[in-house]
Amino acid sequence: MKRIIMVTGGSAVGKTAFLQATIPYLTSCGQYCCVCKMDCLQSDDQKTYRRLGIPCVTGLSNDICPDHFLVSNLPELWNWATDSKADFLFIESAGLCHRCSPATEKTAALCVLDATASSRSPSRLGPMLTQADAIVITKIDMISQAEREIIAHQVAELNEQAAMFFVDGREGYGAELVGDWLLALPAITTYENDLLRHTMPSGVCSYCVGERRVGSDFQLGVVGKIDFSEAAR
Amino acid sequence: MTNLSILPGKDRVGKAECFDEIRLERGNLYSIVGSTGSGKSRLIKDIEQLVDGDSITGRRILLDGQPVGKERRNRLSNSLIAHLGQNMKFVLDISIEQFIGQHASARGLPTHVRDSLAERVIATANRITQEPIFAELQLSALSGGQSRALMASDIAHICDSPVVLIDEIENAGIDKHEALQALVGTEKLVLLVTHDPHTALMAGMRIVLDHGGIVRTVERDEQEQRLFLELETNYRNQTTLQQRLRRGEHLA
Repeated sequence: MKRIIMVTGGSAVGKTAFLQATIPYLTSCGQYCCVCKMDCLQSDDQKTYRRLGIPCVTGLSNDICPDHFLVSNLPELWNWATDSKADFLFIESAGLCHRCSPATEKTAALCVLDATASSRSPSRLGPMLTQADAIVITKIDMISQAEREIIAHQVAELNEQAAMFFVDGREGYGAELVGDWLLALPAITTYENDLLRHTMPSGVCSYCVGERRVGSDFQLGVVGKIDFSEAAR
Repeated sequence: MTNLSILPGKDRVGKAECFDEIRLERGNLYSIVGSTGSGKSRLIKDIEQLVDGDSITGRRILLDGQPVGKERRNRLSNSLIAHLGQNMKFVLDISIEQFIGQHASARGLPTHVRDSLAERVIATANRITQEPIFAELQLSALSGGQSRALMASDIAHICDSPVVLIDEIENAGIDKHEALQALVGTEKLVLLVTHDPHTALMAGMRIVLDHGGIVRTVERDEQEQRLFLELETNYRNQTTLQQRLRRGEHLA
């Protein structure tokens, strides 16, 4: 019996800082947490989590799409969390492309959004935001109250079902409210029969498997092309 | 809402604050004073968040004598409390006109209020700052003074909140009187963080902080009232001299 939380969001929006503020609160409530950090090339975040005294594993996807890699590793992560006797498993995504969201029906999807990013960034996030169960807006100490209200309104128009939280990872403000929301989530007993909420991009082309040469002759598999008819007008 | 109460918590070293209850009534101005790092902004944050013993200070904020449950807190905080923080910059990449329009729709203002709203917000802001702003300017291009003037005017026109928290109005060289006049309005409860004796004495009562805790409250008495009138004259003289200085005039 545990809860699995997918923490998604763009690069450098404050996913790690948010977890750093929230996990101590859950720990103080008697919950045992562990974290898996997904990344492509390298990550120092493991040290951050070690300092919190909780188990942390880094999943380096290397040449594979990190979101595909994440889903492929869910069974192993489930077993690891079970062996660690964790009440909460947080999976922090790499935060690279915004095409897909690795959230599944059974896991809770939490999307982290940077309050200081462009006002158009919420609408660029796609299923990561529109299908999230909770949206956490970070760095709120950097913006005015009016801007906070505008961002909240924009986000609610894209996903009115999700719970919305404002946090300041540095001061830890707001972490308790998210923590209480996490504690109220139903626990799950198995990952079997779980489904992705949204399909992932369709592969596989020759570049996915290591092709380096540029040119039509070398493009095999699922290949998409830009539509230039719009540009002519 | 007619009043807001602060119940004691503890200071930075864990010592309990020595008061039973500080009750703040609507229609009054209160100031918050203390040296840098004494916990003034933290008190403002506690009030803004309507905390119930769950912040670092352990203080409780009651509305009309009642605590605010966590589920209602976000909503009530937004509708009841407007906060002009120490922020001197906007970060959103939109124009002033878009900002006013989006904030009005986020606040759900009715259409008849939104008619010519941008002109009114900009006109008030231009009374507060000496560097004029206009509808097409990008928010992120505004100077500190312009940003603050717009933030103040936005609170006055768009946020219909009974409680207004102001963190250091005298920053950024804006016109303090114009800004306060726009913000205070009628029947609002205004809390003002300040280091300035003149601003502090505008309030009938001031809350004094030290080491993260509230150490006392001071009522303005008749002597201080007289001092305030003196400071008011000084302030007017200072403002006049400042304007002449900016125009390049000889000051003596």
